[in-house]
Amino acid sequence: MTDATLPPTRSLSPFAGLMSGTVGPVIVVVLSIISLWYIAAVILNAPFQQEMYERANRTEVPVTLFITDTLAQERPVLPAPHQVIIEIWETTVEKKITSKRSLIYHTGITLSSTLLGFLIGTTLGILLAIGIVHSRVLDKSLMPWVISSQTIPILAIAPMIIVVLNAIGISGLLPKAMISTYLSFFPVTVGMVKGLRSPEVIHMDLMHTYSASRIQTFWKLRLPYAVPYLFTSMKIGMAASLVGAIVGELPTGAVAGLGARLLAGSYYGQTVQIWSALLMAAFLAGALVALIGILEGVTLKRMGMAR
Amino acid sequence: MTALASAKDTEMVENTASASPNRVIDIENLSLTFETNDGPVHALSDIDLKIEEGDFVSFIGPSGCGKTTLLRVIADLEKPTAGSITVNGVSPEEARLKRAYGYVFQAAALYPWRTIAKNIALPLEIMGLSGTEQQQRIAKNLDLVNLTGFEKKFPWQLSGGMQQRASIARALAVEPDLLLMDEPFGALDEIVRDHLNEQLLQLWAKTNKTVVFVTHSIPEAVFLSTKIVVLCPRPGRIYDVIESDLPRNRNLDVRETPEFLKIAHRVREGLKAGHSYED
Repeated sequence: MTDATLPPTRSLSPFAGLMSGTVGPVIVVVLSIISLWYIAAVILNAPFQQEMYERANRTEVPVTLFITDTLAQERPVLPAPHQVIIEIWETTVEKKITSKRSLIYHTGITLSSTLLGFLIGTTLGILLAIGIVHSRVLDKSLMPWVISSQTIPILAIAPMIIVVLNAIGISGLLPKAMISTYLSFFPVTVGMVKGLRSPEVIHMDLMHTYSASRIQTFWKLRLPYAVPYLFTSMKIGMAASLVGAIVGELPTGAVAGLGARLLAGSYYGQTVQIWSALLMAAFLAGALVALIGILEGVTLKRMGMAR
Repeated sequence: MTALASAKDTEMVENTASASPNRVIDIENLSLTFETNDGPVHALSDIDLKIEEGDFVSFIGPSGCGKTTLLRVIADLEKPTAGSITVNGVSPEEARLKRAYGYVFQAAALYPWRTIAKNIALPLEIMGLSGTEQQQRIAKNLDLVNLTGFEKKFPWQLSGGMQQRASIARALAVEPDLLLMDEPFGALDEIVRDHLNEQLLQLWAKTNKTVVFVTHSIPEAVFLSTKIVVLCPRPGRIYDVIESDLPRNRNLDVRETPEFLKIAHRVREGLKAGHSYED
């Protein structure tokens, strides 16, 4: 066989270069989501639009006008992407942060209880994991409770936590943070138990030959081994913490926070407001998880574990 | 066979006649039985063995003959079920608590998040040595294994042979009189292994430590040892103990001499007679 008979190794399609990186595929996915969203918006908003035309005795409406009208309703069943983006723009850039109508203000409220809850949850999760790994009794007695705590629907237990804490005079940030804690400690506990138990037998034997104490084995072997597990579970914990903070704002009749925006939006049929709060929550979760990812990269690099 | 062994014994006595032999390891009637779901497994049965100070002793035998288990018993990583054993005159546990030995595993077992220098510092940190003392010992032992200049490298940046040398430096840094080595070069290719064997002998001559070395390579055992313990399986037991009359100061050329081949032959005969080559 000669070289001339070999097929070309690269496709000659003009899109081949674009699709070989990450940018191309990401753009394609985003564009298809947006176009599907538009199609769904037209279909879902069409019945109400027809009703409007009938009331106004308008017939023979051109298709193009019909479509633009379905995408410009004030309280659509499904708002179009550009409506949500305009709403987000108006409530972030064009409003003062101190304003009650500023989305940034509400995001800040939710963010503060998310972070506080995440901090307490991660600390609690690590402490529980340390106890479980070092004590058989704690392993047997605590682990079932840790797992069953997560089978209770958070929506059921959230009002209870708020009511009980209110009764003993704790209100404001802490009750919401407690719900975040409740959701975020679990992945950290499970991840850290796994991480602290992951050292190889040969490494544990080595510590044994040095007559290392349990505390030395923990600091010098178990903890460094668990660091990658910690970051992975912290990412899950952070997302869970945000869900907890939003859920915590629902039953309290809170006037501020992304949860409160969602609730107010659904009371008054302000679907555009609901969707803009939802998008903001998604963006916030993405940013927080990415932040942990950066922290993970820096830490692992400093430990020499990133190659 | 006994005549040959006793002849070797007299030679050994001559070699160490100046200093009265100091017993490092004394094993009597030692047995170890693992209880498994398929019934008891006799890993070690009726082991009798004495190791003197300055000896280089190899345990050789097929997989499952208990050579690694015997080494782990000496290191207090396994407990015997019968018989007695002393290390430096005390129980293995007391010897371990006194950090009487350095242990080199089959794999280098370096901690991936520590640099080579920090890996060697690990036992020193646990012993609570001062920073300057740690630095001194790191420099000295890296030099002993020819790894000076690699202090700041992470383990994955080193070849397998260099990693194993680093792990030997880590064991030496404890400054034990006894070095326990469990097939330390088993995972390396023969060229690297030859080289490390020669270095290990030089190290042994320089430091005058007692070495217990587990291997399944006949040339390696004969080349390194002053005493070769041939073990055979089911149950794990000692079949033969060969005192080597090769000079303590030897290099790789010694492997071509008739004396070397004679000892290697006796080891091979021992393994054969112990049914080691059968399935």
